[in-house]
Amino acid sequence: MIAEVLAGQTEAFHELIRPYERSVYLMALSMLRNEAEAEDVAQEAFIKAYRNLGRFRSEARFSTWLIAIALNEARARLRRKLPGLTDSIDDTDGPVVPAQLTDWREIPSETLERQEIRSLIRRALDQLPLPYREVFVLREIEERNVKETAETLGITIASVKMRLHRARMMLQKQLAPQLASVSSKRRRFPWF
Amino acid sequence: MVLNCRHVWEYISGYLDNTLDEQTRADVERHLEHCEICSAILDSTRNILILTADDRVFELPVGYSERLHARLREAMLKSPPPEPQSP
Repeated sequence: MIAEVLAGQTEAFHELIRPYERSVYLMALSMLRNEAEAEDVAQEAFIKAYRNLGRFRSEARFSTWLIAIALNEARARLRRKLPGLTDSIDDTDGPVVPAQLTDWREIPSETLERQEIRSLIRRALDQLPLPYREVFVLREIEERNVKETAETLGITIASVKMRLHRARMMLQKQLAPQLASVSSKRRRFPWF
Repeated sequence: MVLNCRHVWEYISGYLDNTLDEQTRADVERHLEHCEICSAILDSTRNILILTADDRVFELPVGYSERLHARLREAMLKSPPPEPQSP
């Protein structure tokens, strides 16, 4: 289909991108947390992909290439919105010490409590330095494998693994005390 | 090999992703059997990932696809069709 578009059948581009409409939007939404902005970023990303289709190399997966374009668009927009965004990290930093609490062990089954905790997780994710957040979103939300994540971000597989581990530990460290309090609040008033 | 807690924390992601070698996995499991703190850290990390995965299920905004293709058509009219480029 890519060859058809490059041969001048531009209508084929619409069919080419249909399977990826959702994942490109999800990537933008996970980074920006705003539906209108995510939609705009997704549109920009697909337009950019169309204009640059001639540069796409078949060694890469088309979805990885598209997600990388969407991520760059989302990143640029985030930087405009939040100029103080932390985007430098040192991959040789020492280990993250997790929160050593034993109070919160179960996944809540109630929808409301689950939603409450998910919104805490989203807030904690937004606080992570950008390079950790990007790896986390690609691996845990976009479900990209380690190799695809490395290709999307232009970093090594070892860096992906290290950043993912640090991101998870940072989230655990920040969230475990909050999750323990959500959980104990429920335990104290189980009949309400 | 007997692992201490700090060692185990470094293996938590590998344990969750099932990428540890057999021996290390067994060492981690032996530690988890008697260490309540580390098994709570493992459980809370796993739970965060499970709840994060809930965010994969969502409805696209109504009309998203139509608006996207309309904007693409507009952009296509304005730009020349893409051409293959040599590496």
